[in-house]
Amino acid sequence: MSKKPQSQYCMDAKKSMDSPRLQASLHSLQNRFGKGAMALWAEMDDQDMRRRVKKSRMKNLEYLDILLAELAKNVRTRGGHVHFAETAQDAIDYTLDVARKNEVKRVVKGKSMLSMEIAIDPALQEAGIEVVETDLGEYIIQLAGDKPSHIIAPCIHMDRSRIGELFAEKLGIDYTDDPPSLTAAARKALREKLLSADMGLTGCNLACAATGHISLVSNEGNIRMSTTMPPVHVALMGMERIVATLDEHRETVQLLTRGAALQKLSTYVSFVGGPSSDDDPDGSKEFHLVIIDNGRSKILADPEFREVLACIRCGACLNICPVYGRIGGHAYNSPYCGPIGAVVTPLLDGINKHADLCKGETLCGACKDICPVQIDLPRMLAALRQKLAYGSDRWNTRQHNPLEVYAFTLWRLIVCWSPLYRTGLKIARLCQRPFVEKNRMIKRMAGVASGWTDGRDLPPIAKKTFDEIWQEKHATPLPKLPVATKEDNNA
Amino acid sequence: MPGKTVSLFIQCLVDTMFPETGEAMISVFDRLGVAYDYPPGQTCCGQPAFNSGYSRDAAAAAKHFIDIFEAAAVIVCPSGSCVHMVRHHYPELFADDPAMHSRALAIGAKTFEFTQYLVDELAIHDVGAQFPGTVTYHDSCHLNRGLGIADQPRTLLKNVRGLELIEMRDSDTCCGFGGTFSVNYPEISVAMVDEKVDNILATGAGTVTGCDISCLMNILGRLRRRGEDVQVLHIAQILAGDKGEKR
Ligand code: SF4
Repeated sequence: MSKKPQSQYCMDAKKSMDSPRLQASLHSLQNRFGKGAMALWAEMDDQDMRRRVKKSRMKNLEYLDILLAELAKNVRTRGGHVHFAETAQDAIDYTLDVARKNEVKRVVKGKSMLSMEIAIDPALQEAGIEVVETDLGEYIIQLAGDKPSHIIAPCIHMDRSRIGELFAEKLGIDYTDDPPSLTAAARKALREKLLSADMGLTGCNLACAATGHISLVSNEGNIRMSTTMPPVHVALMGMERIVATLDEHRETVQLLTRGAALQKLSTYVSFVGGPSSDDDPDGSKEFHLVIIDNGRSKILADPEFREVLACIRCGACLNICPVYGRIGGHAYNSPYCGPIGAVVTPLLDGINKHADLCKGETLCGACKDICPVQIDLPRMLAALRQKLAYGSDRWNTRQHNPLEVYAFTLWRLIVCWSPLYRTGLKIARLCQRPFVEKNRMIKRMAGVASGWTDGRDLPPIAKKTFDEIWQEKHATPLPKLPVATKEDNNA
Repeated sequence: MPGKTVSLFIQCLVDTMFPETGEAMISVFDRLGVAYDYPPGQTCCGQPAFNSGYSRDAAAAAKHFIDIFEAAAVIVCPSGSCVHMVRHHYPELFADDPAMHSRALAIGAKTFEFTQYLVDELAIHDVGAQFPGTVTYHDSCHLNRGLGIADQPRTLLKNVRGLELIEMRDSDTCCGFGGTFSVNYPEISVAMVDEKVDNILATGAGTVTGCDISCLMNILGRLRRRGEDVQVLHIAQILAGDKGEKR
């Protein structure tokens, strides 16, 4: 067997691991926010809150149709428009139509991963519309022609000297790596764009069905300005992002901001429920809410994966995952990276296509521990691997690696029949001989096994297995001795 | 309550590559007067297949395990991840088969990891071992997060005479083993174990220990490749007061 050619995932991962700059950023990110969130959960007075919010998330998925209808009714009553988009194209077409009717030339954006999922920016640009990101991180990414590498902190892979160079080049300012000066430069450039924009395009962190509002969480205020300054506001909402009541909203937002940035509440929480009116003159003149499915109902319909829709996109799982902590966000090749991305990307965009995301984790469980809503991502990663192992009609997935299928069939025969298992071990012990070095370690193996020995030594099969030792020493049954039990010890 | 005879489940890696761990476990039981047997025919709990998505093949291994161990009063294994597999994943594997499902639940309820059995079931905090030297402890993921076992091994270690426990930084961060992950994604896996090795070295401890041989094998392999001679011992070897390295 020869070595497999490296996949894009592995090559991108390697690139990140070779960058000391990125490794340092990831390290400090995880040290601060990963550990911080775990400490927050441990110290939180209300230890039942996470379970409660998870329960409400799951309940809301159960009643999603009713809640969405309620939300739409309430937004429409206030004069807003609601469009249900089944596909990405649907959402794009609708938004383009709104832009055309309003003769939009410039769109300012509030941070939205969904906008990246449906790839609306290129569609707008193709229609001759300028698109400007206003979230500082996203703005930097846009200036650099780069891709986000974290769902909350999109430019975590760039340090301030890189950003300084970028601003000097693109904004024509003198080079500086002083964060306040850089922020001021971005602020100046962005204010001009915000003041002259014809349309604001944002995401939606949560939507409250009972009141008919969407809410947006941010710390910079630019997202709020994107919703209020341009005459038209289009909000893109993933259809699962709904809560039933304001009470639920309060608790869910608190978990979101804690998980994302260790904040009890973010600096801004903006509620938008329709266009401005005579008694509420703030805000855009037109408000459009685009509720997007784009593969979500398929996830909703599968009990194995429904739980992933309870995600509130806080990004905490990225801040603890030891794999993300090494490979960064770009290797995931998706708007959603880290553990949540590893589960949701294959489900939205193809399990075979993203097989490396399904298989490229250790299932260590840290993501489940840190998740504010306790989503069992490792369970779903294992479930995704099952689709790759056996294929799945429901998910339109074919067997990923026929050779591996044979290997595990053989493995099954061996472990279920111990004489074969024992004989196999003896043969393997003979075969390993030429590879065992003086320090009783194997340093080099061929084929897939070289994956181990390229970077690590491997202990050989022992001269005598435990089983063999046992047969020699304990062929006659041992006398059964009385045992010290809990009661005896406590007595 | 009459003393139960412990049925040893010797995890496949212990059986084949680290038999001294199994022997050490036995000598601890001998010292404590715990009776044990070793049900013949045991092989592997099925974890490699399960983690790779081959749940049907894993279910076959699980059935084999259940057949072999069903008569046992209590099952003790020197590996947290195997116990996690038996306790938590066996029932999932038979979700659609009520008869097998209840057999799986029954097996899970009487399967314990070694240190968990000593501390939680037998209420033993001091096994009477001696081990001169400094030791650092790695928290394996399935042991720590899956089974919630973190205090038990530390309690036992702290009561070993002559042993000084030095905690490493991020002891509960994954070592990067992950079964087939380690060979399928070697670069990522090695980058992860490198950090673990750095944290071990930073303690200056002479020995690193843990309750899962698979993680320890990963750590050992990287330590040796980096030319480091920190001793790697399964906790049973320390509790047996057995200072001998792998033969
Ligand atoms: S899976 Fe959990 S931790 Fe990860 S982004 Fe979603 S809510 Fe946050």
